[in-house]
Amino acid sequence: MLIAALLPLGLFLFPLWKITLEAPQYPTPLGMYIHINDFSDANPHDIKNINIMNHYVGMKYIPEAIPEFKIFPIGIIITTIIGLIIAFKGNYKWFLFWFILMIVLSAAGLYDFYLWEHDYGHDLDPKAIMKFTNPDGSIMGFQPPLFGTKDILNFKAHSYPQLGSLFLGLGIAGSFIAHLVGKKIHKKALHM
Amino acid sequence: MKNILKSAVALLSVLVAFTSCNNTSNSNAGALSSSAAEKVYVNPGEHDEFYAFISGGFSGQLSVYGLPSGRLFKVIPVFSQDAEKAYGYNEETKPMLNTSHGFVPWDDSHHPDISQTNGVIDGRWVFINGNNTPRIAKIDLSTFETTEIIEVPNSAGNHSSSFVTENTEYVVAGTRFSIPIPQKDMPIKDYKGNFKGALSFISVDPEHGHMDIKFQLIMPGFDYDLSHPGRGKSHGWFFFSTYNTEEASTLMEVNASQNDKDFIAAVNWKKIEEYVNNGGGTMMPANYAHNVYDESTHSATSTMIKEVLTVNPLDVPGAVFLMPTPKSPHGCDVDPTGEYIVGSGKLSANLTVHSFTKMLAAIENESFAGDAYGIPIIDFEASLAGVVEQPGLGPLHTEFDGKGNAYTTFFISSEVVKWKLGTWEVVDRQPCYYSVGHLMIPGGNSQKPFGKYVVAMNKITKDRYLPTGPEVTQSAQLYDISGDKMELLLDFPTVGEPHYAAGCPADLIKPRSKKLFKLEENNHPYATKTEADTKVVREGKDVHIYMTTIRSHFAPDNIEGIKVGDKVYFHITNLEQDYDVPHGVSIIGANTSELLIMPGQTETFVWEPKQVGVWPFYCTDFCSALHQEMQGYVRVSAANSSTPLRWSLGEDIE
Repeated sequence: MLIAALLPLGLFLFPLWKITLEAPQYPTPLGMYIHINDFSDANPHDIKNINIMNHYVGMKYIPEAIPEFKIFPIGIIITTIIGLIIAFKGNYKWFLFWFILMIVLSAAGLYDFYLWEHDYGHDLDPKAIMKFTNPDGSIMGFQPPLFGTKDILNFKAHSYPQLGSLFLGLGIAGSFIAHLVGKKIHKKALHM
Repeated sequence: MKNILKSAVALLSVLVAFTSCNNTSNSNAGALSSSAAEKVYVNPGEHDEFYAFISGGFSGQLSVYGLPSGRLFKVIPVFSQDAEKAYGYNEETKPMLNTSHGFVPWDDSHHPDISQTNGVIDGRWVFINGNNTPRIAKIDLSTFETTEIIEVPNSAGNHSSSFVTENTEYVVAGTRFSIPIPQKDMPIKDYKGNFKGALSFISVDPEHGHMDIKFQLIMPGFDYDLSHPGRGKSHGWFFFSTYNTEEASTLMEVNASQNDKDFIAAVNWKKIEEYVNNGGGTMMPANYAHNVYDESTHSATSTMIKEVLTVNPLDVPGAVFLMPTPKSPHGCDVDPTGEYIVGSGKLSANLTVHSFTKMLAAIENESFAGDAYGIPIIDFEASLAGVVEQPGLGPLHTEFDGKGNAYTTFFISSEVVKWKLGTWEVVDRQPCYYSVGHLMIPGGNSQKPFGKYVVAMNKITKDRYLPTGPEVTQSAQLYDISGDKMELLLDFPTVGEPHYAAGCPADLIKPRSKKLFKLEENNHPYATKTEADTKVVREGKDVHIYMTTIRSHFAPDNIEGIKVGDKVYFHITNLEQDYDVPHGVSIIGANTSELLIMPGQTETFVWEPKQVGVWPFYCTDFCSALHQEMQGYVRVSAANSSTPLRWSLGEDIE
């Protein structure tokens, strides 16, 4: 459980998610890493160039910072502290509690990410240089996929988790294993 | 039924005859042409194996080709103004063409040579000589831009240049025409004994490549035609071919061709360097320009230098010797081991090869056949390694494949001849179309040639290409030299007249080629790094516009308050930080070229409006989907008007 509680700290070292945009004119694709507390270029100036490209369809500039960059790191630190307290003081039932807590928080985080992406892809400047409509006549959005690959006009957008997410996932899984192992030991102890 | 059968058989046999006939003719013509075609074909999107830097001769420039495809990638402006790239037109690069004779917008560029480390090409810089108003230029191969030009004083017809020593210690520039040193008003007929030839050793800073004339060796008044550095065992020496040892000054074609032998001058530059480092030599007054382009300010500065260190060869005993070489030698080429010095006596039927080892022994034993103005002349037989007998007519220049073979061009018999070093036997010959001058094997002027291709550069093409009126293209020809026999693979047109070329594997240069200039490293005094910093400043009649470009607009794009008689400086910074997104700009009536501004760069052009009105400017390089919308207006009012100076982007000037 100790390891499980510490693993999510990997989010401070490695990016959580990566969005990549491929097009023929970009032999080196444009890419953006999403960290727990920052956006960063995959290659120098990528975010600047994504912004330049996106302004044609009226998308907002990718902000320097979003409130989540403050909230998420605090959330991770608090849950890690809770995890550590549980690891030292708690029993396997608490391990399950931490597991569920992390699942709920991660789901909330993903949902928040989805909302941001949706807003970014759909809240377009009414003075946009180019306006596209879907076959049904509605305004076309440019939301990148939450997970997976999607064609957006001349771009192919990829959105996949990175090493940081793996650490978080392993931590969550670890807590569940700790719970199972703890439960088994507890049962054995009862039988003896 | 029988008839039908008959006609069917007849038809079938005709078809068979036709198809089989087609097959044979196709395979006959196809097989041959396809093998050569395949060797030079580079698949779309793939890269050539070698870079070739081919001089532009009277164009004054240097063009960049890929081998084996022969595709042209870029013409680098060096000694001539280039309106396409604003070179020599914008305020930043005008100082590059400054000389002691003022602004010289043209030259005749001849012999490119790539920098070397330990005798091997390192791909950092190309040096090239301006022949007419003597200059040496350095081109940085991370940007493919001319970043330095130094004028060579006491020199005229800067032809035996610009060859580098084994560690790029020096780039060497020898004078073709001897002149009075220092220049003075005197009768031309008094040439003999009074005119001198300067051989300039220009040191190259190993870090930045900055050039500085270390010393000039003041030689007898011959014509110094070509030169090459010693390498390996002969490192520390430099060899110069000479003609007009007759010291004639008129009807040269006859009067400079009388001596049976001219000389190859062997110069021990290490010895002279030591002499100079110990305080030797005479500082003499001079006046020459040193122009340096600074990548961080994106601007050039020109400095006039007022003195130069000269060395009299007689003051350094054992440093300079003359090796007799038949009939006005042109090429003076040193093989990869440094042992053989090949003199191409252009009016001789034979090629003369000197041995460095034998030369040293001759000096040791003082096997001299006299002297010229006190410089020892080595006995012809004493340094002679061998003679290539009757290889062709009009030998000009030799390069080497690193496998013991030499390749010499023959101007008059219009061919490349392959021969063996040591045995001096001719092993192959291939025609050139027509009248070949120099040739180039990538790395052919180094210890390590890449002996896969040779490029022959022709002076005349006549009927080889579609005609374009009286002036037709010059050309190069690519031969495969990987086998025993040479094979002509490709003809391709060149820019200007290709005098010589330098080549190297693309991998030496490709990874270092810059994609853009970093905006944060832009130290141009008029750089504008954000749209918020854009402004228009009036200083009397001078108006400075601090403008930016980014897809797809100028900031500002509306300017009012300019008056007739103003001198308007457009200082434009390209805010892009993406590969291959330059913006261009010009305004109606500008008496200069456009600007072509690379990402992160600042450039300036001057506009002097002469008429009242509202005048548009626009982006001249198709930059984006909204390129056509990338435009703006300048309102020009009468000289005595009171229109206030205002500017805007995205809103009207009220």
